[in-house]
Amino acid sequence: MSATSAIAGTQLLATEDLSAYYGERKALGDVSIGFRRKAVTAVIGPSGCGKTTLLRCLNRIHEVAFDARVEGRVLLEGQDIYVSGVDPMSIRRRIGMVFQRPNPFPTLSILDNALACAPRGLSRQGRLDVAERALRSAALWDEVKDKLRTSPLRLSGGQQQRLCIARAVAAEPEVLLMDEPTASLDPIATAVIEELMDSLTDTFTIVAVTHNMQQAARVSDVTAFMLADEHGVGRLIEMDDTAKLFTKPSDHRTEDYITGRFG
Amino acid sequence: MTDRTRFRRVARFVSPVDRGFAAVVYGGSILFALLIVGLFVELVLGSWPSIAAFGPSFIWKSSWDPITSKFGALPMIYGTVVTSLVAIALAGFVGIMAAVFLADFAPRWLATPLSFLIELLAAVPSVVYGLWGLFVLAPFVRTAVGPALQKTLGWTPLFSGPIYGVGLLTAGIILALMIVPTVTAISRDVIAAIPRDLREASMAVGTTKWETATRVVLPAARVGIFGACVLALGRALGETIAVTMVIGNRPEISASLFAPSYTLASVIANEFTEATTSIYTSALIELGLILFVVSVVVNALARLMIWRVRGST
Amino acid sequence: MTVGALRYRRLKQRRVFGSLGTALALLCSVLAAGSLLAILGYVVVQGVSAINWNFLTQLPHPIGVPGGGVGNGILGTFIIIGIATAMAVPIGLLTGIYLALFGRGPIPEALRFLSDVLSGVPSIAIGLFAYAVLVAPLKHFSALSASFAFMMLMLPLLVRTSEQAIRSVPQTVREGALALGMSNFRATVRIVLPTARPAIITALLLAIARVTGETAPLLFTAFGSQYWEANPNNPMAVLALQVFNYAISPYPDWQAQAWAGAFLLVVAVFILSLGARLMLRRAMRGLDS
Repeated sequence: MSATSAIAGTQLLATEDLSAYYGERKALGDVSIGFRRKAVTAVIGPSGCGKTTLLRCLNRIHEVAFDARVEGRVLLEGQDIYVSGVDPMSIRRRIGMVFQRPNPFPTLSILDNALACAPRGLSRQGRLDVAERALRSAALWDEVKDKLRTSPLRLSGGQQQRLCIARAVAAEPEVLLMDEPTASLDPIATAVIEELMDSLTDTFTIVAVTHNMQQAARVSDVTAFMLADEHGVGRLIEMDDTAKLFTKPSDHRTEDYITGRFG
Repeated sequence: MTDRTRFRRVARFVSPVDRGFAAVVYGGSILFALLIVGLFVELVLGSWPSIAAFGPSFIWKSSWDPITSKFGALPMIYGTVVTSLVAIALAGFVGIMAAVFLADFAPRWLATPLSFLIELLAAVPSVVYGLWGLFVLAPFVRTAVGPALQKTLGWTPLFSGPIYGVGLLTAGIILALMIVPTVTAISRDVIAAIPRDLREASMAVGTTKWETATRVVLPAARVGIFGACVLALGRALGETIAVTMVIGNRPEISASLFAPSYTLASVIANEFTEATTSIYTSALIELGLILFVVSVVVNALARLMIWRVRGST
Repeated sequence: MTVGALRYRRLKQRRVFGSLGTALALLCSVLAAGSLLAILGYVVVQGVSAINWNFLTQLPHPIGVPGGGVGNGILGTFIIIGIATAMAVPIGLLTGIYLALFGRGPIPEALRFLSDVLSGVPSIAIGLFAYAVLVAPLKHFSALSASFAFMMLMLPLLVRTSEQAIRSVPQTVREGALALGMSNFRATVRIVLPTARPAIITALLLAIARVTGETAPLLFTAFGSQYWEANPNNPMAVLALQVFNYAISPYPDWQAQAWAGAFLLVVAVFILSLGARLMLRRAMRGLDS
């Protein structure tokens, strides 16, 4: 399923022959993939298959690593985000990211964390409103509304991750990238966040990398399966509606992975 | 249709805010570099009249006469070398022994306070050392240490001659005190970094703990320890105030350690504000340039040695 | 692995020799540590008796007139170090930010090399530089030239520590800031630097401790003064310089004041060093949480 400008109507975000390198090492090879609007697309695959690298290319965070390199195109509303002259900052405001391990800013309060990249120029009340909306959409408001000015480091792991989600949401992006968002959380916190992802699709297009197949099956509308080839280069094997991919995958490698024969 | 985009730096600066930020960061760094390069350039410029007037013979001429404007650096170089050698001999021995003790023999409850005290020695200001040296150490050398050395070793030219209290020996001892923390701290780290297996292998063969420490661990650590000593030597070479207060400030070369003398640093400290002619000032700046070059070279050598052993500074 | 020829056949002899060696090593450690106590003890004993309110607040008296104090020297120390800090922190921090953001490559390595070079330059040579830049052209001594010299002395420590402190902020914190769409400027200034702040303040305290006792460059930059002075454009009294001048003078009254001034210097340096250690411990704890 390759993305061209013709399909840009249904796909907010797509890649075209995307390859990514760390120095000389090719981590991702010729991935062409499109992400459905206001849906959750899960990206699954064994460790080292390049799924996190793919995610990091979508919001130009990949290039923050030393000597990183990208070939190919990533299209946001049909426009290549890697064209020279494009400010990565503006891309990242439209494509937000939640990381694998919660990373609240340690020197800011919970409130300031949530508002870290909120729209500027608001009154004091306006800022509180934005924070409340974001924290509610992350299902965290009730738990922190009395301690907004305290340090986020006192929150539990699950709460910190929801704070990071709230923070990303408050910046009002169009796409939300999630890199194994529940990997470091306990089952209850995981369940809370999975529920969240469903309600978030009312507003956002979500791409979630996950190690956990059951989670992908539960949470996503579309699933993409990736695998590293014999040279260690990550490639897209198959992508389909979740229900179809998990019951009748087209590629035997997908079937092997899903049935647990490896990975 | 593929674009090649290569990102060699960790940061990208595209927006106006970021461009401004980058400009300020670059500006600060360039200023930093210019200051250091400027330091060298100014020293060369300031010494130029002296370099032009005296040439390379400046280094081996031993007259230092402001009145006839004849300047030679030899007495100062001699004093610097001798005091530093005395200092590193004393501090090297005491420092390495202390490092061995602290690294391999001392129990925690003893090692921590001792290390702390020795490191605190490095925090004492130079002028306080000089004050103590002038009023406590110098009289002590004049009344006790000097006569004792003269009685036993007075037949050597090193310990002959009148004992004033101030002089090369006293300066050397004060310098030793000032550099012993450097020797001890770095040597202790280097020794502690030697893998346990080496010690255990040695003990398994039947050596005593002391033998292991001195015949096995020390040789294994010798590059780093040597580097520590060279670093300490570099500090001793540039030390000014404490030395100026106890060295007697006489531009003479004498074999005796009891004689007063001069060092490159102390002559500048002592005479710069009284330099009346421009050639006088320039000669003093040239001494500063010599001091600069020697210190930088010694320091670089030391860091190379220590860095090679520790892996990173 | 060779242990070398062991010349003593009998284990007992080797044991004794080993004990003697250990005792010698212990002695050396105690000697080194004890010297510090001896020096400090002497300074405290000699100095504390001359400390009184007059000493801290009065101007020096002319030769031969007993009494007087180092008030102007204490003020001068604060002013000169204050100006030096104001100059050193921006330059050092910006260079540290550059090195942390642009880590590898020939230019950053060159900067680090220059910083190492500067840290090995004797303070008297730095004083000569300050003289050449700010005293000779303007034809007068000034506190500003002394601050310039002190700034040079403080820079290597500030540069090295800022770089390390910024580097040690976890990558996820920085990436988290950038991923939100923050400019590098905001990410560095609002998120990364505050996280690195305890370590940077520690380095600053240590740098200040280092220059508090520094005397050599002052001889021909600040030069000293008998009067109250707050204008950085003029020569100024500095405590360390006063201690030096009093110590080498032939007057017992001044020599006693030298001890008192030395006591003040030692107290100041130790408070700063202790403060730095406490700050360091807090910084370490902050990173662990």
